[in-house]
Amino acid sequence: MWDDLLYLITVVGKILLVVLPLLIAVAYLTYAERKVIGYMHVRIGPNRVGFKGLLQPFADMFKLMTKEIIIPDNSSRFLFFIAPVLALAPALAAWAVIPFAEGWAVTEINAGLLYILAMTSMGVYGVIIAGWASNSKYAFLGAMRSAAQIVSYEIAMGFALVGVLMVSGSLSLSDIIAAQSGGVFHWFMVPLFPLFVVYFIAGVAETNRAPFDVAEGESEIVAGFHVDYSGMAFAVFFLAEYANMIMIAALAVIMFLGGWMSPIAGVADGAHWFFAKVSFMLLFFLWFRATFPRYRYDQIMRLGWKVFIPVTIVWIAVVGVAVFFNVEPWFALREAG
Amino acid sequence: MTFQLFVFLVFALTLLGAATAVITVRNPVNAALFLVLAFFSSAGIWLLLEAEFLAITLVLVYVGAVMVLFLFVVMMLDINLAPITEGFASYLPVAVGVGLIMSVELILVLSRDFFSAEQFPQPTPKPADHSNTEVLGELIYTEYLYPFEIAAVILLVAIVAAISLTMRKRPQTKYQDPSEQIKVSKADRLRVVSMDAEEKP
Repeated sequence: MWDDLLYLITVVGKILLVVLPLLIAVAYLTYAERKVIGYMHVRIGPNRVGFKGLLQPFADMFKLMTKEIIIPDNSSRFLFFIAPVLALAPALAAWAVIPFAEGWAVTEINAGLLYILAMTSMGVYGVIIAGWASNSKYAFLGAMRSAAQIVSYEIAMGFALVGVLMVSGSLSLSDIIAAQSGGVFHWFMVPLFPLFVVYFIAGVAETNRAPFDVAEGESEIVAGFHVDYSGMAFAVFFLAEYANMIMIAALAVIMFLGGWMSPIAGVADGAHWFFAKVSFMLLFFLWFRATFPRYRYDQIMRLGWKVFIPVTIVWIAVVGVAVFFNVEPWFALREAG
Repeated sequence: MTFQLFVFLVFALTLLGAATAVITVRNPVNAALFLVLAFFSSAGIWLLLEAEFLAITLVLVYVGAVMVLFLFVVMMLDINLAPITEGFASYLPVAVGVGLIMSVELILVLSRDFFSAEQFPQPTPKPADHSNTEVLGELIYTEYLYPFEIAAVILLVAIVAAISLTMRKRPQTKYQDPSEQIKVSKADRLRVVSMDAEEKP
């Protein structure tokens, strides 16, 4: 009985240890986004609240918390309120299996990769339900676009991860990282470069970020699926989007950039490498947003179905042949588990 | 009551409730969402059975992809319930008859010895590092290779058939050909005319 209770307390403690820093990271990612894009546009960005604007995310948060939540007439009230929660919950739940360093994870399951795929694929419900429950044409169009886009890119993303599976011989995230030890040339980014590119771009599309943010294309459908949300309900969508971004960056680091492994063989590994790599990948999200104009919808579909999926299928075949012939050093068949 | 039993009861009751709601709620979108809940609860029950691969795949494939497309379609349809439920009473005797026959058949099948509790001894818990995925993969690619490959071919045929049935050229739809768009040069679109700045009087 007391053992069970103690176990429960440790698990809840671990979850808090992951979720609280994650939320702070989300807050400062929004700040970083505004600053980075500001500098790219040759302006200063937020600099009024606190030293160099460092308290800006909290000011935004308090503003959103004190705003009124407006419920549209004829909306489906229950679904309207549960939609933001459904968007946020999978984004947080997926963090349960992310290893930050050797043994630093809330839980280690041997089907970790599958679990992550399942959780990220559920995030779309928040968007669809929000679009439908708002009872608004714009929100509904945004939801439809988002659903089609996420389903299309999930296939390419899943195939890209199949390549990782074939090379690492394991579904467990710690094993995948362990298989990439020994410096930058052993990272899966090198043998699986096309899959890495496809994975990351599909990840940008999955999170509905620019240039794939047609689900909230302001110029056509106002703000897409969350046009009727205000105050805290909107803030939860915002949180989910940024938590998903950090998630995709962390996954790219785990699958292709060696997780907590140091880039130079011999230098100590550790969580600091993981965080540094994740921050680097996150910079790309901001950079994309400052650089590329929004894709047209049919171009997004064409890219997903006619470019990414064939690329991944071809590269999976290449990896299969390489693994069959035990091409050193990357494709040597590893003993699973 | 052990913790596992408690978890099982929660998932099982949710599953039954959601499954009932799927066929009783009036709004088709709500019904589809209840079906999602039913899938998710059954995935939870499979997890309790230590079938983690099947459980996660159920969520990944059915909840994450199939139901999203389902909702996509159901949300766009404007379903008017009145004509569908019309004549409910006149069909009722037939429906009750069919339902009764099916229940009796099910009861007859399920009450056989084959499905009795003795036939299925309680499985012994596997060690924590037991990989369900690996065992399944090995079985599929060795012992059940032919059934697996045949199923794959059948699915492929179904995909091709479904696409060829629904793909038809609609004359009023405007298509864009990206390669043609890229090939366009200045000479195709622009004509420079040399003319005088002012008309001569």
